Amino acid sequence: MADNQPRDFKGYSHDPGASTALVTTSTSVIEDLINWSRRSSMFYLLFGLACCGIELMQTGGPRADLDRFGSVPRATPRQSDLMIVAGTLTYKMAIRCKLLYEQMAEPKYVISMGSCANCGGLFQLSYSVVKGVDKIIPVDVYVPGCPPRPEALTEGFLRIQELISREKLKTKMRPKRPGTGSGYDVPEAA
Amino acid sequence: MPALTIEQIHQRLTEKFGNAAGPLAPPKKDAFCVFASPKVVEICRFLKDEPALFFDFLEDLTATDHPKENLIRIVCHFYSYRHRHSFIAKIELDRSNPEIDTLEGVWKAANWLEREVFDLFGVTFKGHSDLRRIMLPDDWVGHPLRKDYTESGGYRGISNIRDNPLDLYLSMDRQVRDEEAQAAAAAAPPAPAAAAAAPTPATPPAPAPADAAVKATPPTPGT
Amino acid sequence: MSLDQLVITKFGSDANEEMILNMGPQHPSTHGVINFIVHADGEIMRKAVPQVGYLHRALEKIGEIVPYPGYMPYTDRIDYLAAMFANEGYALAVEKLMGIEVPPRAQYLRAISCELNRIASHLVSLGTMAMDIGAVTPFPYALRERESINDLLESLCGARLTYNYHRIGGVAFDMSDEWAPLCRSWLDHFEKILDEWDRLISFSEIFLERLAGMAVIPLPMAIDYGLVGPNLRGSGLEFDLRKDHPYGAYPDFTFKVPIGKAYGGTKRGAAVGDCYDRFYCRVLECRESVSIVRQALDKFPPGEFMAKVPRKIKPEAGEAQSRIEAARGEMAYYVVSDGGERAYRVRARTGSFLAMGIIEELSKGLMIADLVALIASLDVVAPEIDR
Repeated sequence: MADNQPRDFKGYSHDPGASTALVTTSTSVIEDLINWSRRSSMFYLLFGLACCGIELMQTGGPRADLDRFGSVPRATPRQSDLMIVAGTLTYKMAIRCKLLYEQMAEPKYVISMGSCANCGGLFQLSYSVVKGVDKIIPVDVYVPGCPPRPEALTEGFLRIQELISREKLKTKMRPKRPGTGSGYDVPEAA
Repeated sequence: MPALTIEQIHQRLTEKFGNAAGPLAPPKKDAFCVFASPKVVEICRFLKDEPALFFDFLEDLTATDHPKENLIRIVCHFYSYRHRHSFIAKIELDRSNPEIDTLEGVWKAANWLEREVFDLFGVTFKGHSDLRRIMLPDDWVGHPLRKDYTESGGYRGISNIRDNPLDLYLSMDRQVRDEEAQAAAAAAPPAPAAAAAAPTPATPPAPAPADAAVKATPPTPGT
Repeated sequence: MSLDQLVITKFGSDANEEMILNMGPQHPSTHGVINFIVHADGEIMRKAVPQVGYLHRALEKIGEIVPYPGYMPYTDRIDYLAAMFANEGYALAVEKLMGIEVPPRAQYLRAISCELNRIASHLVSLGTMAMDIGAVTPFPYALRERESINDLLESLCGARLTYNYHRIGGVAFDMSDEWAPLCRSWLDHFEKILDEWDRLISFSEIFLERLAGMAVIPLPMAIDYGLVGPNLRGSGLEFDLRKDHPYGAYPDFTFKVPIGKAYGGTKRGAAVGDCYDRFYCRVLECRESVSIVRQALDKFPPGEFMAKVPRKIKPEAGEAQSRIEAARGEMAYYVVSDGGERAYRVRARTGSFLAMGIIEELSKGLMIADLVALIASLDVVAPEIDR
């Protein structure tokens, strides 16, 4: 086996693995149609927690417009299929974040926006910050920055669109552990 | 409406309360004086109501932790809008059992400020109407701004450590190599084509963890 | 037993008249992650109890771990909408401890960047207030102007939102030659935008009806609860730290301090200290900030933009307090030093924290939609509350 052969991420139970721009899979016409309709009207949940929330607002604003991709902000998770976690997640908020993620209907996608959502950001020394939102929910695209420019978030959004355009009807490219719903254990909310 | 200097304000206080308003500390940038803990509410009410002083704005109520002196000091900043002068006072509390009367009856602003000091330092304010945690979850253990606070390894199962992603990739590579070696060893007698078809058309290894296109890394054990 | 009787025996006799609703941390109209537990009898509230702490990022503890110069980016995150003020407050406190004198050019740069940031912060506040009331259009107008300010500040210091521009002893970068004409042309454009804003929303009939006479805060109550900034000035007290205890370059500028005067008009039942007063004070403050920036650009002195500071910032043991007039009110930094490289205690007392304490008292008898207007008029942001 040469080292540059494509490898499967064996951490997942069945999925073919991650999405980078170099992978091409073939989708049928009906899947193309469904993927096109899904990616062209992604409603995102307004989950602006901190400073990245302001840049999320500016990205939805007049200059870098997210609405041109058909994507409007929704306040409730029941009506949204994209969750942009913008900002620092604290332990107190983590339980609510998990709850909101569970309330979204499939197919759902998560963008982790900014350093704090990716890995805890500059708050590594803090006692009350979750070091990365992917400790509690599965993330599709990480957008680096502190805060990311609207152009960077738009790029992340376009990557999600690419992800969706490669989906097949039968399988969804999302890590799942067999037996659980979204794949991660829920911390018990008292 | 004359603005009094700190020395004049301190003089008024010592005239009224004697030793309960302690001596004025040497002016290391901002001079302050230390109140005696039992008479705090009385002194503060005098500060607020006395016409020449009239400190109507409780600007700040915070605390500092001094484990070497076994003290927690409550620091209060007062300001008067009428006279435009300010004053700083400290109250020293025993660190093992920090308790003091609440200032909520004097200034309503003390309500939330005292709740924050309770949450982060563990100081009990006797007589407070609603003393509970404000910044941290209700079932948090410990008072973080104390100097001897140590983190307890996460909260409700969410760990507070994040592994280095390079370590994670190396361990995944090792795992894959082990499994392929096992598959090659097990499939050596049958046709080699079956073993070569084992890796599914998946991704090339991701170049850098900071790349925005990398999918979620699998959860580290214990998170 | 019927369900009604069951509810009454378990919860008390007025149980079926009071709903406890959760205006939960994720909400488009709470400015940041703030939770309100609303005890409501239909549409009228009995009280609304705020729960905060969803953005508590332990910034005060980090101040004890990170050395003095390295704490500057963290101060940005104390109030990310008005980050320049937080930077300046911390820099002033440490400079007071060290006895450093900031050169005049740096003071002017600080004043210019702060006033531009004040305009940006007020734009977000006014835009979100209009959006919360229901008028969605002014929000993109405000964001559009804010983008221009972001461009200006980005060419000054490199960042759009969390600037990390002020340093202990001065500022990080100097203004380039093209910056002043760009800024002046934008200021000319922005004054017309403010007139447009007034025509669009400030004097709109529905907006006035919603806000005039709503949640009046009388001045003694405002002082007792510790309100600061436009909230306090909206209740009629003419107090502004830039005029009364000036710091930095502010003694060189002349400007007015807008206070609340029942701008909604007594016909609608407006009173001094209602929501509309606090809203309109912010609009007027934008105008004053424009004039301050113009004066600063005219009087701009030459010289150094950074004082001579020692390589390691190690103030002698002591404590210092600095107060600045931030966009959301007076921000007071209290820094205690024990002689080492790291602070012993850093405390930032912000305006939004004290403003939350008054909401429970004011919300009695309001409708839920008015609670939204009240929170918007107090201009609270979650990071200032939680730090």
